[in-house]
Amino acid sequence: MMTRRRSLLALALLPAAAAATTADDALAAAMREAVGDAAITDGGITLRAPTTAENGGQVPVTILAESPMTAADHVTAIHVFATANPTPGVASFRLTPLLARAEVQTRIRLAEAQRIIVLAQMNDGRVRRATAEIRVTTGGCLT
Amino acid sequence: MSTLSAPRIRIPRSARAGEVIEIRSLIEHPMETGLRHDGPRRDMLTRLLVRMNGETVLAAEFRNGTSANPYHVFFVRMDRTSTFDFTWTDEAGRTARAEARVTVA
Repeated sequence: MMTRRRSLLALALLPAAAAATTADDALAAAMREAVGDAAITDGGITLRAPTTAENGGQVPVTILAESPMTAADHVTAIHVFATANPTPGVASFRLTPLLARAEVQTRIRLAEAQRIIVLAQMNDGRVRRATAEIRVTTGGCLT
Repeated sequence: MSTLSAPRIRIPRSARAGEVIEIRSLIEHPMETGLRHDGPRRDMLTRLLVRMNGETVLAAEFRNGTSANPYHVFFVRMDRTSTFDFTWTDEAGRTARAEARVTVA
């Protein structure tokens, strides 16, 4: 009896666990594709996003990385990931010192409530990270 | 296949030397991922390239999480009168372009 209950429990948990692993793998792969194996440190980025997005299809996000944006010291790329979308990739922005600051405002879509991750790559190879939790009232129609 | 819609750019016509200007861009596009059940087939913009006097200022690569009607805002410091050129490209290789000139007195 106990064994049967356990196996039922295991069966019930299995799909969710498998789905979570697949999503984590896709996220890890997307992040590796963006920044390779560079060490990632938290901070140095202001990430502005609503705590609750009424419309998951149009969520305004502002990313501002700390950088003087000079030829010698600038942000070369900002990558945005949505951890619980069917595919995690949102966008990559390639920046140049012609920008006055390392800031990009965009609108993203979120299928459900989730954490978004932003990575900023510096010209010396450093990578910074910021995250934000966003609740979503109406999902962004990705599937 | 339809052509891409005309983009809209909001940018000041003039600026003082050294002034930081805000540039806003919007292009109407469904950004259809093709993932939706019984939805339309995939139709996505892949790239936005912004150049100032021929030099790249900002290049964006879009993936599934970019909203329909992609809207972007960024900031540039103006040193001299410059021409900005914006090009969006979709997965079929079609492009939409816009140009703007900012005069620095």
